[in-house]
Amino acid sequence: MLTIKNLHAEVDGKQILKGINLEIRKGEMHAIMGPNGSGKSSLSSVLAGRENYTVTQGEVIFEGKNLLDMSPEDRAREGLFMAFQYPVEIPGVSNLHFLKTALNEIRTYHGLPAMESKEFLKLTKEKQQLVDFNANLMNRSLNEGFSGGEKKRNEVFQLAMLDPKLAILDETDSGLDIDALRIVAAGVNKLRSADKAFMVITHYQRLLEYIVPDFVHVLYNGQIVKTGTKELALELEEKGYDWLKEEVHQKESV
Amino acid sequence: MTSDKSFYEFISNGVPGPEQKVDADNAILPARKLAFSRFKELGLPTIKTEEWRYTNIQRYLKDAFTLAQEEQGTVTAEQLKAASIPHLDSYRAVLVNGRLQADLSVLPSGGKITVSKLSDAAGNPQLQAWFDKHPHLQSQPFAALNAALFADGLFIEAGTNATLDKPLHIIHVYTASTNAFIQPRHLVVLHKSATLEVIESAVGINDNAITFVNAVTEVVLEENAELWHYNIQNTVKNSRHIHNTSATQKADSRYHHFNFTLPSAELTRNNLSVALTGSNTETNLHGLYLATGTQHVDNHTFVDHLVPNCNSNELYKGVLLDDANGVFTGRIHVNVDAQKTNAFQQNNNLLMSEKANINSQPQLEIFADDVKCSHGFTVGRFSDEALFYLRSRGIGAEAAKSLLVNAFAFDITDQVHIPALQDFLAEKIRQYVAGAINN
Repeated sequence: MLTIKNLHAEVDGKQILKGINLEIRKGEMHAIMGPNGSGKSSLSSVLAGRENYTVTQGEVIFEGKNLLDMSPEDRAREGLFMAFQYPVEIPGVSNLHFLKTALNEIRTYHGLPAMESKEFLKLTKEKQQLVDFNANLMNRSLNEGFSGGEKKRNEVFQLAMLDPKLAILDETDSGLDIDALRIVAAGVNKLRSADKAFMVITHYQRLLEYIVPDFVHVLYNGQIVKTGTKELALELEEKGYDWLKEEVHQKESV
Repeated sequence: MTSDKSFYEFISNGVPGPEQKVDADNAILPARKLAFSRFKELGLPTIKTEEWRYTNIQRYLKDAFTLAQEEQGTVTAEQLKAASIPHLDSYRAVLVNGRLQADLSVLPSGGKITVSKLSDAAGNPQLQAWFDKHPHLQSQPFAALNAALFADGLFIEAGTNATLDKPLHIIHVYTASTNAFIQPRHLVVLHKSATLEVIESAVGINDNAITFVNAVTEVVLEENAELWHYNIQNTVKNSRHIHNTSATQKADSRYHHFNFTLPSAELTRNNLSVALTGSNTETNLHGLYLATGTQHVDNHTFVDHLVPNCNSNELYKGVLLDDANGVFTGRIHVNVDAQKTNAFQQNNNLLMSEKANINSQPQLEIFADDVKCSHGFTVGRFSDEALFYLRSRGIGAEAAKSLLVNAFAFDITDQVHIPALQDFLAEKIRQYVAGAINN
């Protein structure tokens, strides 16, 4: 579904990604871990098309198409979704209107007619339950005055509504208490299916107790330095990242 | 009366007084003469005049203009349709070059609400009582010029307890085929406990010639009267506008004024002022200006708290593109006797280009000590993060910008109580943003 080859990217002239290689197939759950500043969020930003990042080398193929050639909205329409680490508050744009606009723009892109209001509301109700998202928040301005947990739930709710092929969760667990974390994780687990893939970016192993990954990749200094299964996450939790950093530096000096 | 070259020179020096006007009505001729001498005394402003510091009016008056209004402009049904607001259920008063056209209008009849030509109301005691009497008009040279030489306009009178089942939509159509200086004049009087909704919009149907509109609207709200007054300024590029709107509010009255300045008149100068002469009044002034190209939009507002226990609330918002220029001056005067005044003012701006510019200044003159007053000014750019957030959900750049401009304008448009008008404004905002992106 997604193939990343030798991806290099910089922001403000500073190299952040230094040759990422990654293959994600349908149905898979990939976790990206790593210490602060290793490039985790940069990777998600580059994939989603954030404009202040410049790709200097490499390519990203998503469902047979060159992802890097697409505008952020076309990436979304092709089936890529990123749950933001810091969801943006937009006063004056209602949650409901925003979602309806997004959903219908995606439908138009695929040659489908706009969704009927009735059908839209039915879908909304169904997906709200999935992440226990308070219906009262629907008519409020997008994320405005939402608690940290409500914002993150809203991200997963949007994910459920827009039904992407590949979802990137950028530190969706950060700032969540354990109850909110469980709810969010349960929502994500219900969305897992054989034709969808996930990339979960996290600093902590905690999330992976609830969302069990097929693969764990460790990002350090702009590269994936280690790939393993869920046991790798446990090892990191136990030993921290320092041993990996040392291993990398030793390799470099050899 | 035509100026050969600079109209500024012509009206400064050469313009004949009101006694030359063949159609001048005797009843108000003395008032016209007074206004004319006041105009001569005040003279036209320059950029050295404090009130006109950021608006160089000479620039807009250097062309030649004809001062007489064309008697009859022809307006087709199609043109009228273009000037209408879709799905708006309303009465309709169509003014062509400032004159009411009964055949194109659908006016309320049989009730306690009169809508007529101002010239037909010359003998009305209300006109005698209020014409050119508003204290704030006395220092405005363009208002004086209008009083001296205006041709016609509307007279609207709502009797005690009168109300209309739907809004009155006033459509101003300008048809001049040569440069014209047009001076409409309106008087709106709401008697005790009357309520009315008025929407004004404008359309220019000839962009080969320049139309300069110097309009005056006087509003009188008697005790407990309520007026919703929406002014939509959406004429063609080749038009220049000075609008003086002056209201007098008596006790317990409510005045809700909305000013929507949309593309694409070259110049829009609004002088909006309210004198609060009775206590326990409510005044809401809402403004939204969307300017593009080299448009110049100048809003001068003045709320004059003369008596205790009055509430005024003012919110003006602007979105400026390209080389557009905005000016906002919000004056609040609280008289020494006007205790328990609440007066709030806010001006927020969104600049969408490097070259767009805004000059904003609040002027608070507070002489009472037991009052609540505040003012604020912001200028910002589009949040790139918000734009990216929307796009990352599949919303195209244009639709995303439109959403954000709508969101910025929301606390103004949300106050509009007529759904068809809300939809119309949302559509105008969409077109504005689309135009901005295509440029």
